[in-house]
Amino acid sequence: MTQYKMHLLVCGGTGCRASESELLFHNLKKEVFEKGLENDVQVITTGCFGFCEKGPIVKVMPDNTFYTQVKPDDAIEIIAEHVIKGRRVTRLLYVNPETEQHVADSKHMGFYRKQLRIALRNCGFIDPENIEEYISRDGYAALAKCLTEMTPAQVIEEMKKSGLRGRGGGGFPTGLKWEITSKSQADQKYVVCNADEGDPGAFMDRSILEGDPHSVIEAMAICGYCIGATKGIVYIRAEYPLAVERLKIAMKQAVEFGLLGKNIFGTGFEFEIDIRYGAGAFVCGEETALIHSMEGLRGEPTIKPPFPSVSGYLEKPTNVNNVETFANVPVIIIKGAEWFASIGSEKSKGTKVFALAGKINNVGLIEVPMGTTLRDIIFEIGGGIKDGKKFKAVQTGGPSGGCLTEKHLDIAIDFDSLTAAGSMMGSGGMIVLDEDDCMVSIAKFYLDFTVEESCGKCAPCRIGNKRLNEMLEKICEGKGTMKDLDLLRNLSHVVKDTSLCGLGQTSPNPVLSTMDNFYDEYLAHIVDHRCPSGQCKALLQYVIEAENCVGCTACARNCPVNAIAGERKGIHVIDQATCIKCGACLEKCKFNAVFIK
Amino acid sequence: MEMINIKIDNKDIKVAPGTTILDAAKSVGINIPTLCYLHLHDFDITNKPAGCRICVVEVKGRRNLAPACATDCYEGMEVSTHNIRVLNSRKTVLELILSDHPTDCLVCSKSGSCELQTLAQDMGIRQIEYQGEQSHYKEDTSPAIIRDVDKCIMCRRCEMMCNDVQTVGVLSAVNRGFMSVVAPAFEMNLDHSVCTYCGQCVAVCPTGALTEVDNTNQVIRALADPSKTVIVQTAPAVRVALGEEFGMAPGTRVTGKMVSALRSLGFDYVFDTDFGADLTIMEEGTELLDRITRHLNGDKTVKLPMLTSCCPAWVNFFEHQFPEMSDIPSTARSPQQMFGAIAKTYFADKLGIKRENMVVVSIMPCLAKKYECQRDEFATNSNPDVDFSVSTRELAHLIKQANINFTSLPDQDFDHPMGESTGAAVIFGTTGGVIEAAARTAYELFTGKTLEKVDFKQLRGMEWIREATVDFDGTPIKIGIAHGLGNARKLLQDIKDGNSSYHAIEIMACPGGCIGGGGQPLHYGDTSILMARQKAIYTEDEAKTIRKSHENPYIQQLYAEFLGKPMSEKSHHLLHTKYFDKSKPAEIDE
Repeated sequence: MTQYKMHLLVCGGTGCRASESELLFHNLKKEVFEKGLENDVQVITTGCFGFCEKGPIVKVMPDNTFYTQVKPDDAIEIIAEHVIKGRRVTRLLYVNPETEQHVADSKHMGFYRKQLRIALRNCGFIDPENIEEYISRDGYAALAKCLTEMTPAQVIEEMKKSGLRGRGGGGFPTGLKWEITSKSQADQKYVVCNADEGDPGAFMDRSILEGDPHSVIEAMAICGYCIGATKGIVYIRAEYPLAVERLKIAMKQAVEFGLLGKNIFGTGFEFEIDIRYGAGAFVCGEETALIHSMEGLRGEPTIKPPFPSVSGYLEKPTNVNNVETFANVPVIIIKGAEWFASIGSEKSKGTKVFALAGKINNVGLIEVPMGTTLRDIIFEIGGGIKDGKKFKAVQTGGPSGGCLTEKHLDIAIDFDSLTAAGSMMGSGGMIVLDEDDCMVSIAKFYLDFTVEESCGKCAPCRIGNKRLNEMLEKICEGKGTMKDLDLLRNLSHVVKDTSLCGLGQTSPNPVLSTMDNFYDEYLAHIVDHRCPSGQCKALLQYVIEAENCVGCTACARNCPVNAIAGERKGIHVIDQATCIKCGACLEKCKFNAVFIK
Repeated sequence: MEMINIKIDNKDIKVAPGTTILDAAKSVGINIPTLCYLHLHDFDITNKPAGCRICVVEVKGRRNLAPACATDCYEGMEVSTHNIRVLNSRKTVLELILSDHPTDCLVCSKSGSCELQTLAQDMGIRQIEYQGEQSHYKEDTSPAIIRDVDKCIMCRRCEMMCNDVQTVGVLSAVNRGFMSVVAPAFEMNLDHSVCTYCGQCVAVCPTGALTEVDNTNQVIRALADPSKTVIVQTAPAVRVALGEEFGMAPGTRVTGKMVSALRSLGFDYVFDTDFGADLTIMEEGTELLDRITRHLNGDKTVKLPMLTSCCPAWVNFFEHQFPEMSDIPSTARSPQQMFGAIAKTYFADKLGIKRENMVVVSIMPCLAKKYECQRDEFATNSNPDVDFSVSTRELAHLIKQANINFTSLPDQDFDHPMGESTGAAVIFGTTGGVIEAAARTAYELFTGKTLEKVDFKQLRGMEWIREATVDFDGTPIKIGIAHGLGNARKLLQDIKDGNSSYHAIEIMACPGGCIGGGGQPLHYGDTSILMARQKAIYTEDEAKTIRKSHENPYIQQLYAEFLGKPMSEKSHHLLHTKYFDKSKPAEIDE
C-alpha cells in the first residue's frame, strides 16, 4: 500500500451527495493531480459522518480538521491553503453557536463530544468501496477469530454475554435468537439481514450500508457460522441505490478476497450472500412479511408461531437481524463481550444509533451509549431547538412510538425506559418538535403514514387506523366532539390489542401518547375550536387590524378568492366565509395589519 | 398422547398438543365467533389467516389479545373468551368491518345467508359508532360470477380456494391497507382471467362479495311467454341438496318434490339431465372402449388415459392451463349440453316446433354451467342448445317466489321421454360417479357379459386422488379419480411428464364433485353436509330399477329413431365437441 502523507475524506453519503459532494470529490482529486500531489495526498469518498446538517463534510487527516458545508469550488482553496501551505481554511470550519468560535477538530464539537461510535465506527473513516481499508481497521479479523479459534457455541455464548439486543425495534436478545435458530434442525438455514428501513426520517441502516458494508457482510458470515447456514440474504429497499451499489461492490470484493464463498480461511466454512429488493413497504420490516416478500409472495405478515427461527424463508430456519445489529457484531468478537457489556445501561448494552431530525439545530446521524438522556441528545448533540424556539416534544420510535415531553428529558434512554415512558426505541428515529408543532396534527401525520403502509390483512389495522385518522382529521378541522375523544381512545386501544402484527399493535401510540401528554391541545381544538400552535388551517382566522390598515389594497389585490373588501385608503375586512386561509394577504401586507387569530 | 391442561372461562380442559383455543373451547360447548376462519374437515382444508380478529380472546399473561383460530394451547394456559376487554374489542372490530361495508342488506343477494349479517345479529350490533369513508372498487360481472368487491371483508377464503385448493391462481389480495382488495392479476376482470368459473370462491364467500349471476328473471320471463315451450332439466346433485334450502336435513332426497315444484312453476316438460348423463355414457363409454381396444391392438397414435369431459370448470381449466393436452379428454359433451342438443333437435321435431320457440333451462349445482351453455360451439344460428342455467340456490328462490310450499309437495315423476334415466346417471353427481357409470357400460360392451355386481365400491370415497383397477374379464383397466382442480393438476402433470399409467381418469373441479358444486346450498364449512349428499346419491342409484346407462329404454329408442349408434356422424355433430387453446394472456383491462 502506498503511504500517503495526507488523506482528504469526503463524505459520500446520500445527503452530502445531494449537495454535490461527488463534484467536490472530483475537484479535490483534480487539484491534487494538477499540483502534482497524487503521491502524497489521497482523496477518498467515505460513508456518512453523521453531521448531515452541515454537509458536505471534508475531513483532513492526520490533523483532524473538519470542514463543513464545503462547496465544489472550495476544492481549490483547500488544496492551495491547507494541503500546500498548511493553513486551515477558517471560513469552512464549524462555528460553535454559543462561543461563536471556530472549531477545527470534530472531537471538540458538541455534536460529537458525547457520541460513542461502535456501529458507525468506520462510517466517515474508510472508503466503503475499498475492502483493504476495512481490513486495515481489523475488518474480517472477527470472522477469522470465530472460524479458527471458536466453536459456534462459543460465539453464541459471547454474543449472549455481550447483551446485544436487536436494533430493528424489537430489542430481542441477539445471542438468544442465534441460539434458537442454531438448534433448529434443517438441511438448509438462512441468515437474513433486514435492511428494509422504513420509518419516516430514519436512515441509520442506509448510512451503515453506505459507509461500512463489510461490517454487515462479516457479521452475517459469523451468524451463518453460528446457526449453521451457508446462505445469507440482504433484504434491502430498492430506494437505497447507493447502499445497494456499495453492498454489491463489497460483496464482490469479499468474494475476491476469499472472505465469502467456499472454504473461508481454509476452514471449510462456506457462506454466500444474495440481495433481494423490497418495494418500499413499511410492513416488510416485520420479519414474517419480509420473508414472504423475499419468497415472491405478497408482503404481509403471518401469525407467529411458527417463528422464522423454526420456519422462515422457504420454510427453513431463518435468522433475521437488522443492519445495525449486525454492524455491532464484529467489534464484540474482537473487543470481547465484557467490553461491550460495560457500555450502556443495565438491560440495554452498547450504543444506539439515532437519526436526529425535526426542529433541531444539528440534524444528523448520531450514536450514543444506551442510557444517555434525551436532554443530552437534544441539547448537547443536537445543539438545541432551531431558531431559539421552545422544545415541545420528541417523537421516538417512528410511527410506532410516542411523543415524549419536557418531563421525560432526563430519562436515561434504553429499550425499557422508553417503553415505560409510553414510547419505544423503535429502530432509532428521533424527531424533535417545537412550540409551533400541533400535537394533533403530529398524531395525524403518523396515522397518515400507517394508513398508507398497512398491508390490509387484518381488519383493525386496515379499517381501524383509517378511522383513527379520520377522527384526527375531524378534530383538526374543528369539527370534533368530546365523544370523539372517547371513541379515539377506545379505538386506539382496540387496534393495539387486536392487530395481527407489530404495525397495527403500535400504530395508535402517537395518538395515545399525544392524548396523554397534550390533552389540552385536543380540548382546545374541540371545545375552543382553536389550534394553539396555529397549524390547523381550518381553525385559523386571518384578520386585518383596523389600526394598522392604511388601505393600500395590496391584500385585496392578491387575494385569490376575492375575500377582502375595502375602499382605497379605507380599512379592509376579510370575509371569513370566503377566505381559504392561503396566507397571501399576510405575506403581501407591508404594514403588519394582517395577523392570524 | 400426553395431554395439555388448560383453563377456558374457568373450566379445566385437557386437550391434545396442537389444539387451537377455538377447538378447545368448542369441545366444552363454548362457541367463539369467527368470520374469516373456515375449516372443511373432510377435505383437510383450512383458512385461518387470522385476519378478521373476531375470534380474539384474552390469554392470561399475554400483552395483546390472541386469535383463537390460530393460537395453539399450551400447558397451563388460561383463556377468557368473553370478558369485557374481549367483548369490547370484538364488537369494535366488527363495527369497523361494518363501517366499511355497504348497508344494502335488504336487496343483497346474500341477505339471509350472509355470515357477516348473522354475526352482527348475534353480537347485537345496533349502531356503528365508527363511521367514515367506505372503500369502493369496480364491479365485475362475468358469465357466471359477480364480484362486488365493496362487500369483501378480506377473509381470503376465496383466495385460499382459488390458489391452494384449485391452483387456478386467479384471486389474490392486491393493493394495500384500506384500499386492499381481492382481485385477479393486474386487476383484470374475471372473464379476461383464467377463471374456470368453478364457483368455489362463491361457495365459501361469507358475504355478498362473490355471488352467481342471477338468471331467474329470464326463466320467469320465458315461462310467462305463451309462444315458448319451456323445458327444464335437473342435474343429479340438485335433488340431494335442494331440500336444505327448505330446512330439510342434508342428504334428503327430494326428486319427486322437485319435479312437482318445477311443474307448478309452469315448465312444459320436466326432464332430467340424467337422461343426458346416460347419453354421455353411451358416447364417452364407446369412445373409451374404442381407445382402449385400439391401444390393446398396438395403435401408437391413440391417446390414453382418456379424461372425462363433463365438468365445465375442468374443461376451462385445461383449455387455459394445459392446452397442448386438449386431445386427451373425451370429446363427448357434458350431459347438460347433450340434453340441450337432443331437446332442440329430436324432441323439438317430435313436438313439431322450431328450436327458436323452445327454451331449455337447466338446474345445475354448478356456476361454470352458466358459462358452458353460452359457449359459441353450443349454439345453432345463435340459438343456444341450453338457454339458461340456474343454480340449485336460484331454483330455491324461484320456488319461494312462486309461493310453493315445497315441503308439503307430493312426489311426482319426470316426463317422458327425456326424464327417464338410470342409476348410472344419478351417480354423476358425486366424485367417482362418472367413471363408475362408464365402467358399468364399458364392461358389458367390452366383455359381452352381463355385469352382475354393479357397485364398483373401489371407485367411491372422498379422498382427493383415488385409483383403482377394474377387471374387465381378465383385462385390468386402470382408473384414476381426482376432485379439486389442484389434484387434477397433479394427475395432468403426471400425464405430461409421461408418468401416468391410467386408461381413464375422472376429474371433477369441485371438492366432492357436483354435490359440492359452486351453485349448491351453502355448507358454511360443514363438510358433513357433502358426505350426506354423497350418501343420498348412492341411495338414489340403488333405488333405480335400471342401473346401467345402455339399458335405458328411451336412450335405446333415441339411437334407434335418431342417432343411429354411438359415435355415429350424427352423434359427432350433436354430442361431441372440440377444445380451444385459451392459454394466451388475456388483454389487461383499462
